[in-house]
Amino acid sequence: MYGLPGMPWALPWPFDRSYMQLALIAGVVVGAAAPLIGVFIVQKGLSLMGDGIGHVAVAGIGASLLFGTSPTWTALVVAVIAALVIEFLRARGSATGDLALALVFYGGIAAGVVLASRSATNTNLQPYLFGSILTATANDVWTVIALGAVIVVAIGFTGRALLAVVLDEDSARVAGIPARALNAMLAVLTAVTVVMAMRIVGVLLVAALMVLPVATSRLLARSFRGTLLGAVAVGVVSAVLGLFAARQWALAAGGAIVLVAAALFALASIVAGARRAGAQADSLLAGPH
Amino acid sequence: MRIMLNSPDPVPEGDEAVSTTGPVVLSARDVSFAYGAELVLERVSLEVRAGEFAALAGPNGSGKSTLLRILLGLLTPPAGAVTVFGTSPHDLRDRWRVGYVPQRPRIAPDLPATVEEVVATGRLAKQGWWRRRRKADRDAVDHALQAVALTEHRRKRLHELSGGQQQRALIARALSADPELLVLDEPIAGVDVESQRLFRDSLVHLVQVHHTAVLLVSHELGAVAEDLDHVIVLKRRVLFDGPPSELSATGVSLGVHRDDLPLWLEELV
Repeated sequence: MYGLPGMPWALPWPFDRSYMQLALIAGVVVGAAAPLIGVFIVQKGLSLMGDGIGHVAVAGIGASLLFGTSPTWTALVVAVIAALVIEFLRARGSATGDLALALVFYGGIAAGVVLASRSATNTNLQPYLFGSILTATANDVWTVIALGAVIVVAIGFTGRALLAVVLDEDSARVAGIPARALNAMLAVLTAVTVVMAMRIVGVLLVAALMVLPVATSRLLARSFRGTLLGAVAVGVVSAVLGLFAARQWALAAGGAIVLVAAALFALASIVAGARRAGAQADSLLAGPH
Repeated sequence: MRIMLNSPDPVPEGDEAVSTTGPVVLSARDVSFAYGAELVLERVSLEVRAGEFAALAGPNGSGKSTLLRILLGLLTPPAGAVTVFGTSPHDLRDRWRVGYVPQRPRIAPDLPATVEEVVATGRLAKQGWWRRRRKADRDAVDHALQAVALTEHRRKRLHELSGGQQQRALIARALSADPELLVLDEPIAGVDVESQRLFRDSLVHLVQVHHTAVLLVSHELGAVAEDLDHVIVLKRRVLFDGPPSELSATGVSLGVHRDDLPLWLEELV
C-alpha cells in the first residue's frame, strides 16, 4: 500500500503512490484556481502580471532562505506587497502597465538571487523557479488547498462585479461598484495564485497556467461563464495529463503540465479555425437569394 | 455673438419651453476645471429636471467629456458644485438611479461575453454587486433586452453585433437597473440609420412613459433633434441653455447633418 493514509480508495497508476496523489491534489487545485484569476487579468491586458509577480516572489524565497522563515508565507507577503504597488502605479497612471511591471519585477528577481546567495543553507532557488510538485508534502498541499479555497470564494462573490469592471471601469464606478478595491483585490489574488502555484509549476511558469487555459477557452466558449468554466476544465486536464506524462516518461512535472496546456491551446486553435471556416462556407452557400 | 446656419433643413416644430416643474435631478453650479494651465470648463452651470429630454451639445474639445465625468462623480472639480438627486455624486446611495451609457469604443472589444451577460452587469447597481441574481433581476434584464429589440441576439457575443446593435445593448445595460436619470455619451456616433431610429424610439418611450430624465451628450443630435425639451450648448462655458425653439428662433437648426453643430459652433464665439 503506497497511497496516502486515509484515502478511501486506491487510485490507478500513475497516481498509485502517495507522492503522486499529493501532486494530483495540488495540481488539480492550482489548475482550477489559476485560470479563475487569469480570465480577468487577461481581459485587463495584464497577461504577464502573473509572470512578473512570480519574479518578485523569488525575492520572498531568497529572504526566507536568509532569515529562516517559511518560504511560502514570506513569498506571499512580498508578492502581495508587490502586487499592490503595481496596481497603485497602474491606477495612478504614473507608469505604463509594462514599465511598472518591469521596474518591480527585475528588482524582485535580482533581490531574490542576491538574498539567496547570502543565505547559509544549501537550499537553492531551483524548486521554486521550476516547480517541484513531486516533492510536495501534505503540509504544502494543505496550503495549496487553503489558498485555492480563498480564490474560489473570492471569485464566487465578486465575479459578476469584476466582469463589470473589465467591461468598462467608469460605468462600474458610476453603478457604485468599488472598482478600485476590486482591482486591488484582483492584484492580491494574483499574488496568492503565484505563491500557490510556486511549488507546482515554479514561478517562471506560473503565468502560463493563468493565461494558457484562458486563451484556449476563449477560442471555443461563447459566453463569459463558459470561458470561465472552460478555462478551469482546461487547467485541471492540463495538470492531470501533465502529471501522467511526468510519471510515464520521467519528465519535469511543472514543464509537462504547461506543455500540455500549450498543446491544448494549439488543438483549440485548429478546432476554432475549422469552425470559422465552416461558418464562412455556410454563409457563402446561403448567400443572397 | 454671431450664429451661422449651415443647414437648410427645416426647423423642428413642436418644441416646448424648458420644463421648470419637475424636481431638479442633476445640477452643476459654477463648475470650472483645468488640465494643467488649460482651462477646459469655465463657470459652467446647468440643470436637468425629472422627465426631461435634454442634450448637452458642443464640438469635439468643448469640454463635454470632462463635464460628463464631473457630473457622474468620476472627476472632482476644483471649483463649483455638482448635485445628483440633491446630493453630491460621491454620496449618492442609490446608485441605480443614474444610468450611464459610455461611448462604444470604451467597451473591451474582445470580451468573450454574451449580450445578455453584458446587459446583466448593468443590473448590479440595483441587485447589489455581491448578490446573486434573483427572478426580478432576470426579468429586468429580459425587459431591457426587449426594449431595445435585442432579445433574439441575447446569446450572441457582444462584438458579433453591428455597431448600432452594440450601442443598443449598452443602453439596455443601463436600463436594466430602471434608472431615473439616463446619461448617454456620444451614443449616435457611427450608428446606422435603422439603429438611430430604434434608439430614438427607445429614448422617447423612456421619457414619455417612464418619465425618466435623459441627458444626451453629443456633437450630433440629428436623430433626436425634434424630441428634445432642452438643449445646452457648451464650448468651455455654456453658450446656450434653453428649449430648442429658442435656439431655432436665432436661426440655428439642430439639423440632421453630422457636421452641422460643430460647424456653426465654430462661428458662435
